[in-house]
Amino acid sequence: MQFVKSSNVRRKRKSARLTGERRLGQYVHNLQFYSVPPSDNISLTEFEDFAIDRLKVLKHVESLGIKFVKGNEKYQESMDRELRKMMPIAIRKTSDEISDTDYDERRKDHISHFILRLAYCRSEELRRWFIAQELDLFRYRFQQESRDSIKQFLEENNLHYEPIPDKEKLKIIKELANSGYNTSVTTVENTDYFKVPFVEALDLVKSRKVYLERGYAYVPRSDLVSIVLSAFRAHLSHSLAITARAVPYLEEDSRLLPMLTALSKQYLGQDYTCKKANGKVTIDQIEPLSKKSFPLCMRQLQESLKQEHHLRHWGRMQYGLFLKGIGVMLEDALRFWRAEFSKKIDPDKFDKSYSYNIRHNYGKEGKRADYTPYSCMKIIMTNPPANGDFHGCPFRHSDAGLLRQRLASYGVSKDGVNEVMGLVSNSHYQLACAKYFDLTHNVEASTIGINHPNQYFDESQKILNPSAESKASMSSSQSSQMSWSHKSTPFSRRSTQASQLTPRNIKEEEVEFDDLQMSYEELDDMMSAVEKDEKATKA
Amino acid sequence: MANTNVDYDRNDLPVLLPIYYKKLFPYGPFYRWLNYGGVPKTYFCHREFSFTLKDDVYIRYQSFPDQHDMEKEIQKACPYKIDIGAVFSHKPKDHKMVKGTSFQALEKELVFDIDMTDYDDVRKCCSGADICGNCWPLMTIAIKILDKTLEEDFGFDHRLFVYSGRRGIHCWIADETARKLSQNARTAIAEYLSLVKGGENQIKKITLHDPLHPSIVRALSVVHAHFEDLALDKQDILGCKESWDKVLALVPDEALREQLGKDMTKGENSKQRWALLKGRVKKEVEKGGSRKSQLCIQEIMFQYCYPRLDVNVSKGVNHLLKSPFCIHPKTGRVCVPIDAEHAEKFDPTKVPSISQLCHELDNAMDTPETDEPAAKRRRDYKKTSLHTSVKIFDNFLDKLEKSWKGKLIQQSDMKKEF
Repeated sequence: MQFVKSSNVRRKRKSARLTGERRLGQYVHNLQFYSVPPSDNISLTEFEDFAIDRLKVLKHVESLGIKFVKGNEKYQESMDRELRKMMPIAIRKTSDEISDTDYDERRKDHISHFILRLAYCRSEELRRWFIAQELDLFRYRFQQESRDSIKQFLEENNLHYEPIPDKEKLKIIKELANSGYNTSVTTVENTDYFKVPFVEALDLVKSRKVYLERGYAYVPRSDLVSIVLSAFRAHLSHSLAITARAVPYLEEDSRLLPMLTALSKQYLGQDYTCKKANGKVTIDQIEPLSKKSFPLCMRQLQESLKQEHHLRHWGRMQYGLFLKGIGVMLEDALRFWRAEFSKKIDPDKFDKSYSYNIRHNYGKEGKRADYTPYSCMKIIMTNPPANGDFHGCPFRHSDAGLLRQRLASYGVSKDGVNEVMGLVSNSHYQLACAKYFDLTHNVEASTIGINHPNQYFDESQKILNPSAESKASMSSSQSSQMSWSHKSTPFSRRSTQASQLTPRNIKEEEVEFDDLQMSYEELDDMMSAVEKDEKATKA
Repeated sequence: MANTNVDYDRNDLPVLLPIYYKKLFPYGPFYRWLNYGGVPKTYFCHREFSFTLKDDVYIRYQSFPDQHDMEKEIQKACPYKIDIGAVFSHKPKDHKMVKGTSFQALEKELVFDIDMTDYDDVRKCCSGADICGNCWPLMTIAIKILDKTLEEDFGFDHRLFVYSGRRGIHCWIADETARKLSQNARTAIAEYLSLVKGGENQIKKITLHDPLHPSIVRALSVVHAHFEDLALDKQDILGCKESWDKVLALVPDEALREQLGKDMTKGENSKQRWALLKGRVKKEVEKGGSRKSQLCIQEIMFQYCYPRLDVNVSKGVNHLLKSPFCIHPKTGRVCVPIDAEHAEKFDPTKVPSISQLCHELDNAMDTPETDEPAAKRRRDYKKTSLHTSVKIFDNFLDKLEKSWKGKLIQQSDMKKEF
């Protein structure tokens, strides 16, 4: 790509035929698989505008996905409303005639996608976020298209799916009917089914929403989007990996890298890495603090740890990183865990089996990455608790009855409990947590949105302990509370952060397998957005 | 439960292990498995093994060029535990010499791990690491359900079930397609197989939807066959108020639950109470009164019997799992393969311990034919009760071998054409 300073290709002309440099055949469909990178010239301003606009879109896609159950009416409605404003092409149906406006918007869609690829290829986490949002966006757009238009799109992109013959279908008609929700034998008769290797329909396999036989999945037309999405996901994650390897070569161009780096930082704050463990909290403070300022999930872990003298892997991760985030130093953390664990096991065994894990969290072992405390999203969406586990989000992962009891025992009034439970039953776990915050801190309907356990802690300290808190919490709550509006003029073009993107740094971000615990880390990193979908369908 | 004759004592392990690794460990079949017929050639030597030595010293990234070298190294180290890891892009031994990120785990068998500890809330005979004849049938059910689903739904033909030596089972899927699965695919399969969900804060861990998915219907038929014997007889889940309250907590409809509570006092034992419970729920559902409870009988049965996988073990390509034919240091028992076809015949308490095997070997050695050629001595396990276990393993290998024999012929055919 070349970048010219002066530019302007974005003139609005209404005409049925394409004018200017617009070439018929380049953007034939509203939907794109983004397989060919753009080769136009583009100005720096346009480059930046495109990128920011798409980022806005993706962030809205993300927040709508959190607010509503994906695919339900409200979600569709809000998607429609937001996209109408920000990315009109995403809600317009493909028509036979392509206008200049169509063309320009498709071009913008195309180029902006590729710019963000550059910005979001650098680490596993960024890639994961980017893929998740792009997939959601794609899914929504795909579902808006008519059957013919989808057919055309699939043909354009060499995705050929043949429905199975009726004879084959009749043999397994009962199984097919029982594999979907609300599918009767008659609907099966009138639906096309596609037979694909089960690995091409993993989303459906995962949620047991498809019939499987000897390694093949029988996917109804209504779920075709799943197969297409999985092809899109595979394509995208492959391309991102390649892009990641290519980015170092961009280094010559000092105009782009700072911009790209800044762009990738736009991915929501929610990041507590910047805050170093500073010894602000000592271990004897943990217990009293847990009663006053810990969010419910962490208080639960603290209590379980006290009771069981043990926590399983994900519990140690969730709680350990949180403690790091509130300022418990490594040495203190080691002492804290050892003291608790050695009530049940030999201190020697602790040193052998667990201290590594804790040092690892603080970036002292393995690939030496300083791990970030888990955000609410992560806690709610990934690694749901299994038998013997106490981690997770209590609002998401508890029986209603138990949760009620617990809230009551923590002194929440009956009305309060009912309010919280109301939110829970509508799957608003984070709002429920915020409500719990308000109730336990005697603030009236504060506007604090809870999206990170550490942010909860900081907000709580700010209220309970106003003077001492100010500095540290300010910086962190800003980073977690940053909404898009703070950032609409985000980066200075002359920023000198280019050095951040040396090849060495990139390498460090990539997965390295150098110890047993790594496999968990890697697992963790790779947890894909599929889980979100699964949650959506369950809820 | 007493073992045939020789008791195992942990302190004997340092003496017994060298004998076991020298004379009994079935290196031949073991290598035949992991070499996969040499398709591709580097498959065995790029495989990671890890050893746990005495005092929990843990060494990762061991790898061996061939069977001979593997035997030598294992005999030298006498590991308390051997784990099998992934096949890597390079020889794991050289992983430090390979530049950064190019050292990658490429393939591994799809594995499952089921541990009796995860059933603690539904068994009352034992807890933690202990097992007995009253709770082991849970594992039998797990094997059967897993085995059928993996075969019929996913089309995997090469499934090896192994006793983990103490309180659980492992399953290795060795099909080529399974070994090549991505992390996402492994996760999806594990999720597909998981029904019991939720941590310590979730009492009702099963939620079913109508209609029942064909794979669930099949699992249900397995559970049906064992439920009376296992849950009502052995575990006696409706034996007293305390335990039936636990069962009734799984009924979502409050009014129905209360009614059932009264019903329970009318029965004399678990069987009668179960019949009462089923009858009442059926009546309610037929009346159309309680939609929520429509599937609660099935949910209860599954909560008490459905396999509980440790999904984390299955997800990662790079996750290590204890090798078959290891010795469990705590029990001294060998991690022997289980014949899934006859899973109910397997009795973990009858699994030979290392002490017993060494004793049997001594006896066999005492009998005349001592000066055999060295090659034959390798098959000393045939003189012990390990023999039957190796046979199960061999059956698995014979079938597996056919899959790569085809491959080899294909490959050589291609060569001739050129």
